[in-house]
Amino acid sequence: MPSTASDARRRPFVTDILGRSDYAIISELIEPDSRVLDLGCGEGELLQWLVQNKAVDARGIEIDGPKVQRAIARGVSVYQSDIDQGLTGYPDDSFDYVILSQTLQESRRPLEVLREMLRIGKHAIVAFPNFGHWAVRLSLLFTGRSPRSRCFPHEWYNSPNIHFLTIRDFETLAREQRWSVERKIFLSGRRTGVFLANLMAEVAVYQVRK
Amino acid sequence: MIVESKTVRFESLPLDCGATLAPVDVAYETYGRLNEARSNAILIAHALTGDAHAAGVSKVDGKPGWWDSMIGKGKAFDTDKYFMICANVLGGCRGATGPGSVNPATGAPYATSFPGITIPDMVRLQKLLIDHLGIERLLSVSGGSMGGMQALEWAASYPGVVVSAIPIATTARHSAQQIAFNEVGRQAIMADPDWNEGNYYDSKPPARGLAVARMVGHITYMSDESMREKFGRRLRDKAKFGFDFSVDFEVESYLRYRGNQFVGRFDANSYLYITKAMDYFDLSDGSGSLAAAFGKGSTRYLVISFTSDWLYPSYQSLDIVQALRGMNRDVAYCELPSNYGHDAFLVDVGEQTEVVRGFLASTFKARS
Repeated sequence: MPSTASDARRRPFVTDILGRSDYAIISELIEPDSRVLDLGCGEGELLQWLVQNKAVDARGIEIDGPKVQRAIARGVSVYQSDIDQGLTGYPDDSFDYVILSQTLQESRRPLEVLREMLRIGKHAIVAFPNFGHWAVRLSLLFTGRSPRSRCFPHEWYNSPNIHFLTIRDFETLAREQRWSVERKIFLSGRRTGVFLANLMAEVAVYQVRK
Repeated sequence: MIVESKTVRFESLPLDCGATLAPVDVAYETYGRLNEARSNAILIAHALTGDAHAAGVSKVDGKPGWWDSMIGKGKAFDTDKYFMICANVLGGCRGATGPGSVNPATGAPYATSFPGITIPDMVRLQKLLIDHLGIERLLSVSGGSMGGMQALEWAASYPGVVVSAIPIATTARHSAQQIAFNEVGRQAIMADPDWNEGNYYDSKPPARGLAVARMVGHITYMSDESMREKFGRRLRDKAKFGFDFSVDFEVESYLRYRGNQFVGRFDANSYLYITKAMDYFDLSDGSGSLAAAFGKGSTRYLVISFTSDWLYPSYQSLDIVQALRGMNRDVAYCELPSNYGHDAFLVDVGEQTEVVRGFLASTFKARS
């Protein structure tokens, strides 16, 4: 099932993943035959790909009913819940990887979600749009309005994003929480280097563990 | 697809109440073909008033099966791919041994001397049938309402047999409200003088009582919205109120029709016994812990509920899902939007078809 145009605007990173070239990023991170939970898994495209290509044991959580239906119709075990509440039921260390792609900034209690991810999973893979990107900074500076960019296309009043964070914010949090950052990958259209990442990267992907 | 029920007789069946039934008959139908690996068999369990005729057109009366919208060529349970089995439940009146069957010890119908039965008893009889058919593993067990309870019981009792379970619009334990509605139905039957303590097989059956029980049932199967849409306050064949307790409203006419129609095809004592089996159902066996009941098996689950189903509300499905998730079991869950209330699993099958089809296909692929 192809994503709709509005989905593509809202979830650029997922769209990138589906555009083949960025499968490489996730496949680099996720070991074959592992247990994977994808939070906010949408229609389950990524999980289906991981099942087919990495033989993972895949589970997903998604709040949107029609997306849950389409994910199940793809054969992916998804259940309908929001991620702020949905993780508490899992026992500790249920998964090797817990993925949170482009949803951290939409969650009500992002720190709780991250902690839960690291309770139920060995590794947390978190992808988020970087609020420190130069386009965001310039947008605020020059327009004097809530910044809009490719990754933040919404008006302030209809944005699903309620917690804005930068790459530096995430690094600081990881240090405070004593998480070890195992991998980090920065994207700006295509992959970018670590140099001036907080200014240059539109999207960051972190793999952390406790 | 013209279909015909078959009947098989088993020597005996031990029951949860301590009694043993002997012999036990069970009527069943099958659709599609069992593959060589015997890996494509799916058992469908019916609800309170269903029967073995789940799909196709009956050779006897030309009627379609109760889940014909879901089972058949190219449908959710695709008979081109899967071998489907459906049997009348223990205690039923449509080909399985029940209170209306003749007790070989007396030569007369059991009536209320029929032993009390449970959902696990029903499942045990189905297991005899599956063994008889030479099937060691079931790709899936599925059903809605009481059929869903049987699917849950199957997976809990025979985890090594059941590859996947699809419980729909159901619960792992009957709630006070569900028991209460069943009790109203039973009281309606037992209050009918024709019930005669259950001994009516050589006289007039308690038609009024059974019809009222069915009317109550039908109300619980619909939703406020579906009743407003279907009937509203429309009057039946009149422009003004009758002021005489004849049928005024469309909804009255519908319920009376449904009630009377039911009497012709269902045995009142079966209604008593089967509703009790539903009320007794608690997968956690009174312990309150569903997790223990699900055990450690590897059965995959697809749990489905419907937004407007107030008889088996979504929270009951979520209880099942939470228990399974707490054990990190493979479970998919969705609440499908529908205005049809509890009946949705029978009549509003578009989205249900998509999720069931995809779930089965991936299960079949992974396990064969």
